[in-house]
Amino acid sequence: MQRNPQLNEKGELQHLLSTEGLPRDILLQILDTAESFAGVTEREVKKVPLLRGKSVFNLFFEPSTRTRTTFEIAAKRLSADVINLNITVSSATKGESLLDTVANLSAMHADIFIVRHESSGAPFLIARHVKPHEHVINAGDGRHAHPTQGLLDLFTIRHYKKDFSRLTVAIVGDILHSRVARSLIHGLTTLGAPEVRVIGPQTLLPAGVEALGVRVFHDMREGLADCDVVVMLRLQNERMRGALLPSAQEYFKHYGLTADKLALAKRDAIVMHPGPMNRGVEIDSTVADGPHSVILPQVTFGIAVRMAVMSIVAGN
Amino acid sequence: MRLHIKNARVVDPASGRDGSGDVFAVDGKISPEGGKADRVIDAKGLVVAPGLIDLSARLREPGHEYKATLESEMDAAVAGGVTSLACPPDTDPPLDEPGLVDMLRRRAKALSRARVYPIGALTVKLAGESLTEMGQLSDAGCIAFSQANAPLADTQVLWRALQYAATFGYPVWLRAEDAGLAKGGVAHDGEIATRLGLPGIPPFAETIALATILELVRATRARVHICRLSTAGAVELMRRAKEERLPVTCDVAVHHAHLCELDLGYFDPHCRLEPPLRSQRDRDALARALADGVVDCLCSDHTPVDEDGKHLPFAQAEPGATGLELLLPLTLKWGRGQKLSLAATLARITSEPARVLGIASGRLAAGAPADLVIFDPDAPFTVAAAKLRSQGKNTPFLGYELAGRVRCTIVDGKVVYES
Repeated sequence: MQRNPQLNEKGELQHLLSTEGLPRDILLQILDTAESFAGVTEREVKKVPLLRGKSVFNLFFEPSTRTRTTFEIAAKRLSADVINLNITVSSATKGESLLDTVANLSAMHADIFIVRHESSGAPFLIARHVKPHEHVINAGDGRHAHPTQGLLDLFTIRHYKKDFSRLTVAIVGDILHSRVARSLIHGLTTLGAPEVRVIGPQTLLPAGVEALGVRVFHDMREGLADCDVVVMLRLQNERMRGALLPSAQEYFKHYGLTADKLALAKRDAIVMHPGPMNRGVEIDSTVADGPHSVILPQVTFGIAVRMAVMSIVAGN
Repeated sequence: MRLHIKNARVVDPASGRDGSGDVFAVDGKISPEGGKADRVIDAKGLVVAPGLIDLSARLREPGHEYKATLESEMDAAVAGGVTSLACPPDTDPPLDEPGLVDMLRRRAKALSRARVYPIGALTVKLAGESLTEMGQLSDAGCIAFSQANAPLADTQVLWRALQYAATFGYPVWLRAEDAGLAKGGVAHDGEIATRLGLPGIPPFAETIALATILELVRATRARVHICRLSTAGAVELMRRAKEERLPVTCDVAVHHAHLCELDLGYFDPHCRLEPPLRSQRDRDALARALADGVVDCLCSDHTPVDEDGKHLPFAQAEPGATGLELLLPLTLKWGRGQKLSLAATLARITSEPARVLGIASGRLAAGAPADLVIFDPDAPFTVAAAKLRSQGKNTPFLGYELAGRVRCTIVDGKVVYES
């Protein structure tokens, strides 16, 4: 097996491609650094000069507003110059190859590439071909990984629960297609969460998912029992078009988070969602807006976590 | 033309012979004795064996010349000790018309390197809908009919194709893969695909399709060769089919005898193969089934892909690996792993594929075509892109240390490669 391609020869974070295989101390370094940036975002002057003069290219081969915006805000708060490229409507449609696009941007002196791509592994391909001083941050690749989302989920859990070592975390819904779920699972298992559960129908669970270190539940009520953290996943409407699910209504009946199902979890359980939410499909509004929900703080923390990741890779 | 190879270790898998001696070729045929030779080759310390017969090598002509040309790939073949090869019909256009087959054979013959046996398309444009003119394609030189990796979703078309082929005794070569179950998949549906977030192809995509094919063979008695087995389950189905004496044979691509899903590493596009690399258990079952004879042959499944075709995210990368030049060393490595004699090892790439193809080469009997390979089974080398003659440098084995180097390849009694 090759060396983990996201670490440099000193074992430091060169690129952030996946939470899988990241050592515990690097995960904690990111969370601790994010903690120190959380204050910045509360200040009146929300800027630190850590990335002054650096160019951050937002390279989105798949449309996204939220993730791209939070990366942009994070980069600007670090005083970087941000260039947004929506590749779906430029080069890709003209037939330019992924690596040619990257080589061209590299010639414009990029320092950090934030990459989102619909194909699993695309950021690994880019990371193999960029110059040594350039850094790649995966902002979501296919079903594979969304490490900054996983990290902000970890940050949120740590913020409310302080410690991972006694937690039961349930991730509910479309695990099969979810890069968010994979990134969070790897992070939780590395940081020592003793029980990570996935809850969903067989059609939405990938083959051999137990090998990721999770317990599988098909019955949501069983799976939620005594949980500290409930992470709801977004269900894409297109899943109803194939043979994966009969309808959104039936999905909600089995796997939608309602107040009475949430009552099975611990009394102080938190409810998370990576957004954007489908109210009435995977989550009931009373829960989404209720006292257990930490969905909006997640978004705020996301900026600090992305600042942390960018400042750490740029320093290595 | 008389050729005399002396001081060799002569290995003939067909007869089981393995001993020191001489081999003579007179007018393109193996001969019991030579008389005065035009050329004497001293093969001291080397093995002389029948030239390798590769059941699947894509030469990329017509249509994909930017990936490889007939010339580059025929060079690669003889450098790998391959003296006969069957080429699948997935060219562009596919080999579904006699004219195309005829042109390919003429072009190959003019290069006078390895012998080329075209496999005709089973259905027009490989679209899986209507049958090709198998009779005319057979007259043009097709030795069998196949869909290559193109799906054949309609079981009725498959049934009719096997009935028609059986009527005239044409062999049909099939990949066993259920089109619906394999749709969209790019990796073995298991732990690794789950970790990497790659759409999976479940192992039962192969066993279900194979069970269907075997049932149709029972009904039609068509002569069927199953290409590129990848699962332990399929091995067991083949074992039972052979016990039942169904007219079926099968092969495994040499990559699948060595590699498994773990080799995907961090999305290595060289491991994007059809069928996908499966679990370690599957890989081990294939390697054992090759040793016990349930699997008849190893092939290179040679598929040169240009860099642009591989410099893509895993799912978009073009499937396939170059293999003609690695077939011998990788087969030797498999044979050593299974503790087989050299003759038993080489049978999988000489006498057995000859039997599947129904050709006279692949053995050293007097009167057989003088297609030979002389090699050093122990000479080590490192697989390097720059050293490969194939235009395709795409192999998961880049950087591997292997043993077994071809010194000389002879086709029709003439030396076509020497190093």
